[in-house]
Amino acid sequence: MKCVVGIDLGSTTTKAVLLDPEGGVLGRGITNSRSNYEVAAAVAREEALTSARFALLERAVAGDGGAVQELFAELERAFRLEIYLDHLAALRQEIEALVAAPWMSADRAALEPAAAEVLAQVEERAPSLFAAGAERRSDFFRDLAGAAYMAAAEAVAARRGAPYDRLLALYDRAILEVETRLLHHTFEELVERAIDRLRAAGGDRRPAALRRRLAPVLAEPIEELAFAGTGYGRQTLPFPKEAIRSEILCHGRGAHRIFPGTRTVLDIGGQDTKAIQVDAGGVVTAFQMNDRCAAGCGRYLGYIADELNLGLHELGPLALKARKTVRVSSTCTVFAGAELRERLALGQAREDILAGLHRAIMLRAMSLLARSGGIDNELTFTGGVCKNPMATRILKELVAESYGDGITINVHPDSIYMGALGAALFARDDLRAGRPRRLPTFAAAA
Amino acid sequence: MSTEVASTPKAAKPPPPPIPKDPSQRRQKRMIAEHFARLERAREEGRKVVYTFVPGNLTELIGSLGMLPVLPEINALQSGMRKKSAGFIAEAEKAGHSEDVCTYVKCDLGMARSGNVGPTGRKLPSPDLLLLSYTGCFTFMKWFELLRQEYDCPVVMLHVPYQAEGRIRDDMRAYVASQLREKVIPAMEEAAGRRLDLDELAGRLELSRRAEEDLVAVWESARHRPSPIDGYFGGVYYVGPIFSAFRGTEEAVSYYRELRAEVEARMARGEGPMTPDGRLLEERYRLVVEGPPNWTHFNDFWRMFSRESAVVVASTYTRVGGLYDTGFRHDPSRPLDSLAEYCLGCYTNLSLPARVDLLARYVERYRADGFLINSVKSCNSFSAGQLMMLRTLEQRTGVPGGFIESDLVDPRYFGKSNIENRLQSFLQMLDARRRGAYA
Repeated sequence: MKCVVGIDLGSTTTKAVLLDPEGGVLGRGITNSRSNYEVAAAVAREEALTSARFALLERAVAGDGGAVQELFAELERAFRLEIYLDHLAALRQEIEALVAAPWMSADRAALEPAAAEVLAQVEERAPSLFAAGAERRSDFFRDLAGAAYMAAAEAVAARRGAPYDRLLALYDRAILEVETRLLHHTFEELVERAIDRLRAAGGDRRPAALRRRLAPVLAEPIEELAFAGTGYGRQTLPFPKEAIRSEILCHGRGAHRIFPGTRTVLDIGGQDTKAIQVDAGGVVTAFQMNDRCAAGCGRYLGYIADELNLGLHELGPLALKARKTVRVSSTCTVFAGAELRERLALGQAREDILAGLHRAIMLRAMSLLARSGGIDNELTFTGGVCKNPMATRILKELVAESYGDGITINVHPDSIYMGALGAALFARDDLRAGRPRRLPTFAAAA
Repeated sequence: MSTEVASTPKAAKPPPPPIPKDPSQRRQKRMIAEHFARLERAREEGRKVVYTFVPGNLTELIGSLGMLPVLPEINALQSGMRKKSAGFIAEAEKAGHSEDVCTYVKCDLGMARSGNVGPTGRKLPSPDLLLLSYTGCFTFMKWFELLRQEYDCPVVMLHVPYQAEGRIRDDMRAYVASQLREKVIPAMEEAAGRRLDLDELAGRLELSRRAEEDLVAVWESARHRPSPIDGYFGGVYYVGPIFSAFRGTEEAVSYYRELRAEVEARMARGEGPMTPDGRLLEERYRLVVEGPPNWTHFNDFWRMFSRESAVVVASTYTRVGGLYDTGFRHDPSRPLDSLAEYCLGCYTNLSLPARVDLLARYVERYRADGFLINSVKSCNSFSAGQLMMLRTLEQRTGVPGGFIESDLVDPRYFGKSNIENRLQSFLQMLDARRRGAYA
């Protein structure tokens, strides 16, 4: 299968999209952008390749019965569990090395057995995260393992009288190493391990059938013929200058691709907000971006979530429960944090304050939209923040207030991939114009 | 027990390669430096000093009375280019000036409070007169109010009516000329200790006219493809002498004659302008720019354009001192009227529709692919109305506009990656729109 790749190296997450030559989405990958952009790009692209493989498998078994399809779904879950376990093994290695470090000698006696017990619990509970119907709150190893580790550490610390903070500090230190390391495993190896796992769980017959169906799909090479990159860290991608594309153009094009009626795009990412106007063909005609200050972007919500000890994804649903919207006067993230604490101290409800904070963000976005030329029907909302249901609800209200009821607002579950999709479409242009790009060298497994 | 650690000598960082410059740029730099040296000697030579502003400046009058001008905005921008403005601004903030005030003002006041040593390291003389020759910028009035407190010297103000209708009416010209006659010139004579010689003034205005002819020829060269000049980054060098202390002198006439010859020779050879990295070899984008440049990162800012092969074919900032390319020239046969017209005609005194007209004229005349606004939040004279101008201009010309934000001389407000991101997006947008719809 021939394909092109677009990578969006954002300040918070890195996304990769694989397109087939017809422009159909073949695979997608996302990871958190760490301190190491190179690894983030490599991981996102690996993930996209993996998801492309599963997409091809799905196509191959599309005509088969439900039982076969269920079997493949099971295989994919087992596959993901294997990757998770590999990362856990790396985490264990890091934590053990930290505990063994000379400066730990004073605490070692208490920490060593406690850490071992925590890790054992995390490993033991891993399969349940990937069981059929299990709800995972995030797809990032950092979040999944972090939540499991924290829960286990709390219990272990309480029972053993071990220092909870020190246990958490071990994780915080180790995760930085783990997430900037590429693990060495090929798709085939992982599939083999996943099949072994299924065999162990359910007898011998099914894996044989699986292998027969898998063989032709695995034999088909996935050829990446052209690349384009975009996003905050785009300059660090190992791509030639011509393959680096503006985020504005990529987001505009990606959004227009998914919703061809799009004329205005609002993208709220980790640290910037973009208001983009596109023409009927998806070509950008005007844009505005936030300048100097990133208040009102995704990180603002991240900061508020930290203040409240909540997960980022919990903010929106909680804010939806608000009975009234508290007026938040600060546009500065840090001041808003202070205002939040003050209002909590005054006894105001968390959800009501959160509703106000969401409104403050969206008001800034509305101002940016106005400066970019206003909102033309249809408006497509993209970027990490569009996953927040309160943000989209307030956007709808504000748009109706200022622009009337005639504006259709599009939000796609995969909106976070719009930039990478736009980049991939630019890569496809290059391929079609006879300008294939030399394949870049990605970070290699250590 | 101590362990001795052998210190490895750090490899000396190689000095950055010198920034290449055309002969005219080097000459301009020398002229400005000579002016500061002249100012340093002013006291011992018994010459009087006038502090005044760039827009609609009255350089010929000042020169005819044997006085020397000090231009606080030029001091500020030169301090910005020489990485001295941050310290001066901090000094002014320490003295109680707010963060949001025009950074030219703060830089200048900070410099005055730090011993009034000019950007070239030479001490500046105190003023004998504060000549507020342009009232279109309200901040200027406040600025001189502060300088008067600092120096306790006479002030004279020329009230310049705004071109609300986008043109200079006869009564406006007569009003400014009468102020010159009745208030400004007498105050200047008082400070200079001598009477104005009208013949000398006429002679200087003739020299101005000649230099102005050559400068306009330089601006017009940008109609050529490739443009032999950069009308913004290069342009600020070109306007240095004519907007500072040299208009109405033989030096300026000769500078502009040489500059024009230099530009015409480049045009004949089909060469592009000089950039901080050397000659621009390819012209991919022709832009018109509105708004002042950033001075603290001037060369970085310039490179963001030149490294994308973008050349600025015309800019409005290079018209802040006065506007020549719509036909105005100083006229020795009617000295005061023509000085009045000059004051009234400077760029920021134009109404917003007149500014749009001028920008549209530049876009069309110099066949620009796009126009860009560099908006400076602390400069109300320039920035008010810019987004409206952008929309109107897009509708009028069909040429796409872009918007970036920075500051004059406060280095804290120059976000390199953000500006670069916007500029590259803008240029890629021009590319995409040239190519039309996506496949």
